[in-house]
Amino acid sequence: MTLRKRVVIRNQTAEANLFARRTFIAFLGVLVLIIILFSNIYDLEINAYDKYQTRSNSNRIKLLPVAPNRGLIYDRNGVLLAENKSVYSIEVIPEQVKDIKGSILKVSELLDISEEKQQKFFKALKSKRRFKPIELKSRLSDQQVALFSVNQHKFPGIFIDARLKRYYPFGELTTHTLGYVARINRRDAIKLEDKGNSENYTATRNMGKLGLERYYENILHGTIGHQEVEINTQGRIIRTLDFSPPTPGKDLTLTLDIELQMIAKRALSGKRGAVVAIDPRDGGVLAMYSNPSYDGNLFVHGISSKNYKKILNSKDLPLINRAVMGYPPASTIKPLLALTGLEENIITPDTRIMDPGFYQLPGIKNKRRDWKPQGHGWVNLNYSLEQSCNVYYYDLAYKLGITRISRMMEKFGFGDYTGIDIHEENHAIMPSVEWKRNRYNQPWYTGETLSIGIGQSFWTVTPLQLSQAISILVNKGQIKIPHFLKATTEVVTPPFNDNLSEETNDIVQINNNLSEYTKVSQIIYEDKPPIILKQHKNWDLVLDALHNTAQKLGATAYTAFKGSHYDVAGKTGSAQTANIKQNETYDAKKTIESKRDNAMFIAFAPYENPEIVVAVAIENVAEGGGGRNAGPVARQIMDQYFGKRVIISEDQSKHPHHTNIYGKK
Amino acid sequence: MRSSGQDQQKIHSIWHRLHIDLPLLAGLLCLITLGLFVIYSAGGQEINIVFKHASRAGFALIVMLVVAQIPPLTYRKWAVPLFVIGLVLLISVLLFGHVGKGAKRWINIGITNIQPSEIMKLIVPIMIAWYVSEYNLPAKLNTIIIAFILVLIPTLLIAKQPDLGTSLLIASSGIFVIFLAGASWKLIISCAGLASAFVPVLWFFLMKDYQKQRVLTFLNPEQDPLGSGYQIIQSQIAIGSGGLNGKGWLQGTQSQLEFLPERHTDFIFAVFSEEFGLIGVSLLLLVYLFIVMRGLWIAVNAQDAFTKLLAGSLTLTFFIYVFVNIGMVSGILPVVGVPLPLVSYGGTSMVTLMAGFGILMAISTHRRFHV
Repeated sequence: MTLRKRVVIRNQTAEANLFARRTFIAFLGVLVLIIILFSNIYDLEINAYDKYQTRSNSNRIKLLPVAPNRGLIYDRNGVLLAENKSVYSIEVIPEQVKDIKGSILKVSELLDISEEKQQKFFKALKSKRRFKPIELKSRLSDQQVALFSVNQHKFPGIFIDARLKRYYPFGELTTHTLGYVARINRRDAIKLEDKGNSENYTATRNMGKLGLERYYENILHGTIGHQEVEINTQGRIIRTLDFSPPTPGKDLTLTLDIELQMIAKRALSGKRGAVVAIDPRDGGVLAMYSNPSYDGNLFVHGISSKNYKKILNSKDLPLINRAVMGYPPASTIKPLLALTGLEENIITPDTRIMDPGFYQLPGIKNKRRDWKPQGHGWVNLNYSLEQSCNVYYYDLAYKLGITRISRMMEKFGFGDYTGIDIHEENHAIMPSVEWKRNRYNQPWYTGETLSIGIGQSFWTVTPLQLSQAISILVNKGQIKIPHFLKATTEVVTPPFNDNLSEETNDIVQINNNLSEYTKVSQIIYEDKPPIILKQHKNWDLVLDALHNTAQKLGATAYTAFKGSHYDVAGKTGSAQTANIKQNETYDAKKTIESKRDNAMFIAFAPYENPEIVVAVAIENVAEGGGGRNAGPVARQIMDQYFGKRVIISEDQSKHPHHTNIYGKK
Repeated sequence: MRSSGQDQQKIHSIWHRLHIDLPLLAGLLCLITLGLFVIYSAGGQEINIVFKHASRAGFALIVMLVVAQIPPLTYRKWAVPLFVIGLVLLISVLLFGHVGKGAKRWINIGITNIQPSEIMKLIVPIMIAWYVSEYNLPAKLNTIIIAFILVLIPTLLIAKQPDLGTSLLIASSGIFVIFLAGASWKLIISCAGLASAFVPVLWFFLMKDYQKQRVLTFLNPEQDPLGSGYQIIQSQIAIGSGGLNGKGWLQGTQSQLEFLPERHTDFIFAVFSEEFGLIGVSLLLLVYLFIVMRGLWIAVNAQDAFTKLLAGSLTLTFFIYVFVNIGMVSGILPVVGVPLPLVSYGGTSMVTLMAGFGILMAISTHRRFHV
């Protein structure tokens, strides 16, 4: 409004005239620019017509991207765990087929292609791009491929297309660790673009979605190649002019032992649970199996919604990798608490505690029971582990307090990611005063500290963390990061053969069998800073007690390893999953399944210079604790590791008996 | 106050009451229809793409009709608030916008994603036309300086996204207002001099590597015929091989055999030239010229300075679109991402353009507003 006042009198006519003049000038400018555009196009289309006409006719060179072959994955003994299988499909370029209906009918008759597939093809025919092949049938059998190849000459414009698809010969045995590849979706594409990687994926259809396939996507994928081809007037490829081959992805050799993995599966059959076996000397994972599992191959071809629902709705939750899921550790962490007690000078090996079958905090009526109703009597460190005496650890935990416990347990990796090379890891929970305040906004109660003493309350650990913590224990403080990847193998500049077949129609595939040009790189993992105790002998005290727990007649882990020919040490654990009221006793038979105890077990062997640490977790066992349920699982793994090897024959590894994804009957 | 043009013949026509300018509508429909045919050819003869484009065009037409119902006085009243909102949106895009194709252009406003730089294509000419028309014409030096600053702020914000094409279009829409408002020739010439002195600064400090690459490619496309020069070479081959009559609809080998990148979007003009030849191109240019003439006619006959300046600026900016697109596709301008207006596939720019034409129709049909 203030501005308006300054306008005294507007000379409308003068302004209109000025504007008209300017508009006229602008219009002249527009005319000039249009004449410039026109004369330039006139020059291109009339004067230079011959030149461009020739160039257009000779414009026959196209650049086609060629996808690299994905790296293969082997177990520690060279057994192939993930391979690329040729999948054949029959494709049609309608423009090159004279009698499309008749030809399709004949081909369908020849190869026994269903009516449904044919109809789908004709539907696709209606909304297609010119000279783009349409798929008539995918996943042809070898027989169909052979049959068509013989008759190829009768069907111009119809051809077989070969593509490589990921295949996991061991199916569900390796899904939780290897993961799988699946079709690149929109979200993946955006991520690739953000990382500036989409160029490299122009010819790639699948990428790692889970497990090692996802974690090592960059290593496995490789680098795209390009093929310069000459095409004819119909857009068909006449010959390859130049070819810069793709660099295949590196092959991975894992620390995993597929035979141990098989034993783990067999030992866990019919149970929900997980096994992790680690080599404490380097942190390499020897076995990681979670039961039940599912077949990753289903996802490679795009899982049908029926199959997916079946997996998703199973009450046993097969999608979950239980090896990296949190469970209450129960008595399996008693050795580490004992170590903390020794280190903090709360106990000595000779400190004795009276166990009358229950524990009471001073001035509190509430009784904490021992698992043995009549109690263990006088208990020292050694005996407390052998018998897994609860009262001893209630007392120890009470004297240590939550802060000292959680500080020490965090050093052993509880409550944190181990850094293993899959992304699906859960960090589980190492409770502390701060944790409880942040999580529940509540103070810490002493009663909870008592439960911590027997590995219960809020405390959860993953079987992987447990095996890692025990590895740290047997290594006397050395911390090796657990991992699957042992070595990578790459092809080093393969000499390229220039005389590609001149008549080829398909994209050239490179031969990968150039073993003399491969380079193997061992992966070196850096250790984390070690745990250093004030008294180094405390390590030995605890390890010795664990040794006794598995070796002494009547000790809790004795039965599981009775008669084994290797020198083993171990510890049992049984975790409550439901609260039991005062003066009530637990009876598995009377408890509904989902509230039954979990069984836990840890073991390592040989006692001197351990080579393998095993952690087992089994959910909701019917009867008995860790010793009876989880112990035998650890035993079978160890038996396998120390000699009673079940050798997989060549034949077995190639044709394992599980779901046939190609639909051959 | 009634101006001399007011008792024109069409006051009582049905079109006039619907606030539709018939000649303008005819020209626009002509372009849209043509676009559908070329998109069918360029998009690999997929009818779905054509349907999708047609539905977007339908939506854009509705937007145009709705905008045409709003009296121009309303824009004048809302010029400042609109401009402020636009600037806020532009700043928030830079702060929390979505990244797409390496640039931040979109922002989520709860219901949907919007692209503030598109809206600014309309707001900037409204704002500048309002500001300049508050004073007597010809505009004085200090008015022009302030108007320049008002143009510069959104231009720089958009250039920062980075979206050089849009920022240049917005800058020119503001500059057209200033030119039409009668800025003195002395000033215009010295500004042009200053601008050319600014070019080295732009090159060395403001342009990103990929933008510089585009300019270098433009100057000599043959230096990298399979890389960055590929697009422009293939485009020129397509246009040149069209000849006088063209290869015929659906017969252009350059596009049908997919030598031409971005066939149905920014480079659709090359497909058109290949298939319809110089005759087709001449007709297309005549349609564009017709629309520009009609727009300028509306501007000259508008009631007051604000609507005159606004109509003139919108029309000339539309022409700049045409010029930049055809110029870049035929190789006389570097490649900046500007679509061929109302023909290229893609919805966003079409809606803005049609909203702009809605404003033009409002200016030509709402006669009795108060000054």
